[in-house]
Amino acid sequence: MTLPQTVPIREIREETRTIRTFVLDVRLPQAEPGQFVMLWLPGVDEKPMSIAHPDPLTVTVARVGPFSTALHGRKVGDALGWRGPYGRGFSLPEAGPVLLVSGGCGVGPIYFLAQQAVERGLPTTVALGARTGLDLPYVARFRVLGVELHLATDDGSQGERGYVTELAAHLAERATEPPTLYACGPERMLVVLHRFCREQGISGQLSLERYMKCGFGVCGQCAMDGFLVCQDGPVFDAAQLDGLRDFGAAHRSATGRRLPIR
Amino acid sequence: MDAPAVDLSTILCGVRLPNPTVLASGVLGLSHQVMARVARAGAGGITSKSCSLKPRAGYHNPTILDWGMGLINAVGLSNPGVEVMVEELQAARELLAPQGIPLIASIFAETIYDFGTVARFISPARPDLIEVNVSCPNIDDRYRLMFAADPYVASQVTRRVKLNTDIPVLVKLSPNVTDLSRIAEAVVEAGADGITAINSLGPGIILDVKTLRPLLAHVTGGLSGSAIRPIAVRCVRDIRRAVGEEVPIVATGGVTTGRDVVEMLLVGAAAVGIGSAVAQRGMDVFRQVNEELRAYMVEHGYGRLSDLRGKALPFV
Ligand SMILES: Cc1cc2nc3c(=O)[nH]c(=O)nc-3n(C[C@H](O)[C@H](O)[C@H](O)COP(=O)(O)OP(=O)(O)OC[C@H]3O[C@@H](n4cnc5c(N)ncnc54)[C@H](O)[C@@H]3O)c2cc1C
Ligand SMILES: Cc1cc2nc3c(=O)[nH]c(=O)nc-3n(C[C@H](O)[C@H](O)[C@H](O)COP(=O)(O)O)c2cc1C
Ligand code: FES
Repeated sequence: MTLPQTVPIREIREETRTIRTFVLDVRLPQAEPGQFVMLWLPGVDEKPMSIAHPDPLTVTVARVGPFSTALHGRKVGDALGWRGPYGRGFSLPEAGPVLLVSGGCGVGPIYFLAQQAVERGLPTTVALGARTGLDLPYVARFRVLGVELHLATDDGSQGERGYVTELAAHLAERATEPPTLYACGPERMLVVLHRFCREQGISGQLSLERYMKCGFGVCGQCAMDGFLVCQDGPVFDAAQLDGLRDFGAAHRSATGRRLPIR
Repeated sequence: MDAPAVDLSTILCGVRLPNPTVLASGVLGLSHQVMARVARAGAGGITSKSCSLKPRAGYHNPTILDWGMGLINAVGLSNPGVEVMVEELQAARELLAPQGIPLIASIFAETIYDFGTVARFISPARPDLIEVNVSCPNIDDRYRLMFAADPYVASQVTRRVKLNTDIPVLVKLSPNVTDLSRIAEAVVEAGADGITAINSLGPGIILDVKTLRPLLAHVTGGLSGSAIRPIAVRCVRDIRRAVGEEVPIVATGGVTTGRDVVEMLLVGAAAVGIGSAVAQRGMDVFRQVNEELRAYMVEHGYGRLSDLRGKALPFV
């Protein structure tokens, strides 16, 4: 049974001026990094959100439109519904270094993955990007985790000036042993990292977003070429994305019409 | 040892399906690549998502939920509109034809007249069949009854579609009516080449008892999946009795296993639609169901589907 279960919000954290973290009063110990839940705001809408921490269930949400704005208006103790976890998550290598790349609100699943990588004793580097220093989420938490943390901002107000993709490429090239790359963020960023992985022969896993309705492989709304992002993804191996028509190019709106990705 | 020869093929309005399992409308039938993937997964026919004259965004989420005994959905007939869908279908056709898998284009409209227009606009994609989804609200009508609820209105829609296309037409009926037999008779008299039945049942409501709110954004939604199968079997029997053997029926509603296909064949189905079972068994459901059907036929000594078709009618 996968009906939404409503639970109170236990805690809300202000990450940046547009990003908030919501901790729900429920445990999902079996969830994997990269998997998502369908988060329901009774009377508003229900949207996919990556799991930032499974126990208790935590999501980190950027305020971008009607749903996320309504969610940001909720208080501790308010009820939220969830169902899941859904989808294929990230998988870590047995050994060897890992490079985790996050752009904007892609930070949730990257943090969850970083925690797991550290627990398994893998040498872990995290590249975190945002527009400005004020938009960088989770910086203190990554520091506490003890990963090698690098920052990039478009305006250079914190960390390197420029795109996190350039920072990530630089870190990968500098590494003595080629790392496995993991990324979550805007699709433009993922396209650059996909090309980098394929050109350098680095294995990579990228987490994608598409408009979702059911979340469990029935409605077809999340189709990207022949893939269902909710079930075959949201995490894809870089090689799976070779030559796709829609990757980096088109997503589907609520009607199912393909629209260009800006 | 070779498997004994069992022929799973069937004919639907002159169109050959290599096996009787057809992807039901509204499930995965949006992108041509995904439709081709469902065909590779074993479906004998593919029905696209119902499309209308204009794009529709549908209702807010939650739109589709699994309640343990099937699905409940209020998608709101979201679709990108016929202008986009005709291209998607053309592309689907090109991928499906070499596999020998027919394509069924599902259409709907908000007025009787528009049904004809959508049929005309979709026909250049050359789907093998057109399925007319009359189980949607009729805005011509003051009471907003769905087209499938009234024999006269359903037959007018059928006529309008037939006038606008040379492609064989299936009319998809709703179980939420008082006299299904009369409606089936009426659409066949109006020229329907076959019937698909049933669309989702209900509507129903599921509440969250903690927040006291309905789970679906639209409040009410249609039921599908295993829970509705016995009703679908009864509807297929009613239709088969009403319209006689030469009109093929695509029996839809809760079909999940090979055994369920047998049941539908026994009350006279030509083929079966499979939708909600995809949630339970994945796209692989088509291959699995066909294997289960084949095993049943081998075990009971049936060589072809016609050996089973309608064989339970004397008893029901
Ligand atoms: C598998 C998956 C996991 C997701 N995980 C998260 C997550 O952990 N945190 C999170 O904040 N969102 C996540 N999203 C996106 C989220 O589901 C919604 O799309 C988002 O909340 C927008 O809803 P809205 O109604 O607020 O805005 P909408 O009106 O739907 O969108 C407003 C505008 O913002 C753009 N937009 C949509 N999503 C984003 C985004 N994530 N970042 C920047 N711009 C965006 C849209 O293209 C649109 O132009 C995920 C999506 C998927 C498919
Ligand atoms: C999510 C979902 C969407 C559907 N959308 C449509 C649709 O657009 N047009 C249509 O004729 N039927 C639609 N249906 C009904 C199915 O085609 C089918 O008739 C019904 O679900 C019963 O079959 P099942 O139990 O195998 O799912 C939809 C069903 C579901 C579950
Ligand atoms: S969201 Fe429905 S199939 Fe992926």
